[in-house]
Amino acid sequence: MWRYIGRKLGIYTITFVIAVTINWMIPRFMPGDPVRSMLNRASVSDPEALERMSDYYEGVFGVDAPLHEQYLNFWAGLLRGDLGISAWLYPEPVADIILRAVPFTLGLLLPAIILSWIVGNYVGAFAARSKVLDNTVLPVGYILTATPYMWLALLLAWALGVVGGFFPAAGGYSFALTPSFTWPFISNLLTHWFLPFLSMFIVALGGWAIGMRNMIIYELEADYSNYLQALGAPRRLIRRYAFRNAMLPQITGLAVQLGTIISGALLTEIVFNYPGLGMLILNALNNRDYFILQGAFLFVVIGVLIANFIIDIIYVLVDPRTRVQMTGGAS
Amino acid sequence: MTLRVKDLKVYYQTLRGDVHALDGVSFDLADGEIMGLAGESGCGKTTLGKSLIRLDGRMRHVGGTIELNGAEVPITDERAMNPLRYHEISLIPQYAMSALNPTRKIGRMINELLRARGVRPSKVADELRRRLELVGLDPDVLNRFPIELSGGMKQRVVMVMATLLDPSLLIADEATSALDVSTQRSVAESMVEFRDRGFVKSMIFVTHDISLVYQMADTVMVMYAGQVAEKGPASTIINDPQHPYTKMLIGALPEVGSTTTEARLEGIPGTPPGLLKPPTGCRFKERCPIASEECDETPPLVEIDTGHWAACWKTGR
Repeated sequence: MWRYIGRKLGIYTITFVIAVTINWMIPRFMPGDPVRSMLNRASVSDPEALERMSDYYEGVFGVDAPLHEQYLNFWAGLLRGDLGISAWLYPEPVADIILRAVPFTLGLLLPAIILSWIVGNYVGAFAARSKVLDNTVLPVGYILTATPYMWLALLLAWALGVVGGFFPAAGGYSFALTPSFTWPFISNLLTHWFLPFLSMFIVALGGWAIGMRNMIIYELEADYSNYLQALGAPRRLIRRYAFRNAMLPQITGLAVQLGTIISGALLTEIVFNYPGLGMLILNALNNRDYFILQGAFLFVVIGVLIANFIIDIIYVLVDPRTRVQMTGGAS
Repeated sequence: MTLRVKDLKVYYQTLRGDVHALDGVSFDLADGEIMGLAGESGCGKTTLGKSLIRLDGRMRHVGGTIELNGAEVPITDERAMNPLRYHEISLIPQYAMSALNPTRKIGRMINELLRARGVRPSKVADELRRRLELVGLDPDVLNRFPIELSGGMKQRVVMVMATLLDPSLLIADEATSALDVSTQRSVAESMVEFRDRGFVKSMIFVTHDISLVYQMADTVMVMYAGQVAEKGPASTIINDPQHPYTKMLIGALPEVGSTTTEARLEGIPGTPPGLLKPPTGCRFKERCPIASEECDETPPLVEIDTGHWAACWKTGR
């Protein structure tokens, strides 16, 4: 077991290093120069002043050194938790900007993904139970997964936000409030959170339910289910086995889903103008701020790797087959 | 008399019509009898085995009765049938290798099954261990997952599990087919021993391995195209078969000591008839070397000798 975890850790470390390297490379080979944009913003025409400002900014952003030194500096900074200075929100450190956005993204994504996974699995398992349920839940599931996310999100924002007025349709919290641990602020936060959450939850739900329904039906047709039925085992027992075994591919699916975390969040945050990582990435792109971009992607990479690592371990705990293969088994 | 099957008809429903998989099967199985059930693929062996314990969704009981220990087996009534399953009629399935839940430890799965069938696991725990040892397994397999066992071990676990409640009737469907010859033999011997020790009263052993049947079975029933061709004591069926199909089936087996240079083994020319629209009369007539006009009518299954039944116009006279 520990050897397995060690090996996995090794693989993830290598992946991490490669991801960070690519992450460092991409912005540097992208068109657009942060120093030039800072200078443009200052609109100074004196060449001497321009020269000195340029030197100063190059020093601040660390782009005056040769490339390999920049690369090593980047790693050194990374290990200290220093991701550089933002060009767009100069002179704020990138790490602070990202840390400000992260709670919004995580607070939105984790409940949406995990709750839709749990509810979807139960709905799917329930649907596999009878023809009538199957004939209603399945089409609804297909419609939900086939719905373009943007459209559904806009529809929700329009119906429940603009027309119904139950929830605010945009923003992370009202600008009139300052963030604090008081009830008015938290309830305000929650009402802003609800619509983006609901849209992500609904869209993901259908897919999980369909997946689970198909897996359950497959498991109920499996040999062991047939045998238990022949021996007169009650449906309850057979369903329990089928449910547990059908969960295994769903866990893998969850890992994959956690990996696509960013794309889902990007759309949601744009539609609802929600101040998370996705919004930050969009702004960074528009403002050619590759330090923020780099930092945000780094965060995403770390998130995906951690999520996958956790799933790897959970999988070993729930599926004896992987466990047996890993430890060598007895026979 | 343990089991009495009378004129059993079970059809498979398909979009193109009913497949007459069992078309009037009658036979008796005595207490302590091990009956080998032989025949080609698709002759209805497995269907007969299933019909005695649980019809699957596509199978339809059309006619005939099954009696076990004097009481009728309500095969069409799922609810009334359930108390009989496992307690009275048990099964070693064709797919014994995959009959165990892959994500449960074997012991735990057996306990859960027992509890679900109203048996306290602690009451049979000792017996379970004893029987595992009897078939040559370490009781420690109960703490393992099915994936950790070899095919032969799984087969034996399923065998012990299926017979744990001392059923009257055990249906072993191709229980040894997937095993290598030496394992086959030990599994077959364990089955005979289970009968001798009274763990099971009688057994139907479905196989197409005639030589194995000869070693372990008391009687042999040969089926052809959904009907019984011949049933009789094992030695009679092997050494002195009466039905032309049985003769050709036995003739297709190599004999110990003979080499292929002496005599080429004969196969049976032709293929069995389709059972979607079975032919009238004797179903073997197309391939039968001695068929004549009278074979256009269905031959009845008659007792040509004590305990020896055959369905052919040419026998018994």
